[in-house]
Amino acid sequence: MSSKMHSASRVAQARRMVQQLRIEASMERIKVSKASSDLMRYCGEHAKSDPLLMGIAASENPFKDKKPCTVL
Amino acid sequence: FPKQTFSLCCKPFRCRSLPARRKYMRSPLVPEMATQEVQLNETLSHLKTESDTLKTKLEEERAKLHDVELHQVAEKVDGLGQFVMKTRRTLKGHGNKVLCMDWCKDKRRIVSSSQDGKVIVWDAFTTNKEHAVTMPCTWVMACAYAPSGCAVACGGLDNKCSVYPLSLDKNENLAAKKKSVAMHTNYLSACSFTNSDMQILTSSGDGTCALWDVESGQLLQSFHGHAADVLCLDLAPSETGNTFVSGGCDKKANVWDMRSGQCIQSFETHESDINSVRYYPSGDAFASGSDDATCRLYDLRADREVAIYSKESIIFGVSSVDFSLSGRLLFGGYNDYTINVWDVLKGTRVSILFGHENRVSTLRVSPDGTAFCSGSWDHTLRTWA
Repeated sequence: MSSKMHSASRVAQARRMVQQLRIEASMERIKVSKASSDLMRYCGEHAKSDPLLMGIAASENPFKDKKPCTVL
Repeated sequence: FPKQTFSLCCKPFRCRSLPARRKYMRSPLVPEMATQEVQLNETLSHLKTESDTLKTKLEEERAKLHDVELHQVAEKVDGLGQFVMKTRRTLKGHGNKVLCMDWCKDKRRIVSSSQDGKVIVWDAFTTNKEHAVTMPCTWVMACAYAPSGCAVACGGLDNKCSVYPLSLDKNENLAAKKKSVAMHTNYLSACSFTNSDMQILTSSGDGTCALWDVESGQLLQSFHGHAADVLCLDLAPSETGNTFVSGGCDKKANVWDMRSGQCIQSFETHESDINSVRYYPSGDAFASGSDDATCRLYDLRADREVAIYSKESIIFGVSSVDFSLSGRLLFGGYNDYTINVWDVLKGTRVSILFGHENRVSTLRVSPDGTAFCSGSWDHTLRTWA
């Protein structure tokens, strides 16, 4: 009896794996060239508003100030 | 130092959740049982064949679309100049290793948690401590700020995730209002509120992730699929829908549908534990950091790894990664006490930051991208800009 249950649980696990793989295999994919150009486009569009990338003036960055500024 | 020692310190209960093989008495006294046994074994071998076929098909499909490398496409992009990033604030007050931190949406408050059981809320501009809670357990490996800024969640070796409402009254004992939300069967490795204060997503050493209702403590959905401890998770940016990514000791990064509990994509290219995962700001990709000393970028629509951020000289594991606001920069906190800054598109390192005196365990960019904060085993947190 015990060995049957053991095999049965291995079968259940294998079924789950096959089901999972079926889901993954049926996915629609795009080419890396398209995906890459989309990532580049996003970076380009948002570069200007990225403070760590552009570096903003010390007077505007609250962390760069020695004295904390109060925003009223 | 032997790597093994570090691993043991960092992940106290690495459990293999695969069932142990046990030998049973094989004496089918009844012929029926023997036939059933044979049938099950046949089914098992059928399923194994099908699963191998599907895996090969997946590899072929992914390979067909691999027409170019990201860094090749990025050759036409301007290179980045020199970066000058310095420690602007040092937050001192923890009595032991800082394990985790999170920013408040107000872009100035930070919550951090430590090995000594303390959870502290700081004003990162002034470095003042605003709240402190002592947890009943040590190794508080996870902490998160609620979107409203009115509560924090934390947990660790207690196997739970608890929510503490933050009181305006500094004298009030926060521990009194504590609410236990999540219950796992092993340590809590990461937690995050979803879009509201009402739901929390957790990951655990028990190999699962789970979604909880904060008010009732009810389990709303559980996510099974990792074969070992889950170490990290990140929610997709709200515009992209209800998914999250998790990384674990099984070297896999899994993308999950929060509503169905289904694993929709899985990536296994790292060579060791994945300590940190973070979505690219557009939600179309995510980065991971691993004990194999590399960070990698996976594109979700191409369904494959598209970049590796590594150098021969970098041999220590990455504990934590985050993107700058535009996604052009990837910050990685390493076990060799440094922070490396990578050009996401070109795959090159643009800066290396020194300052911490022990391994960097956690790193997050502020919500408005003006700074990032790192926490370390040297008991301090630093904000950099």
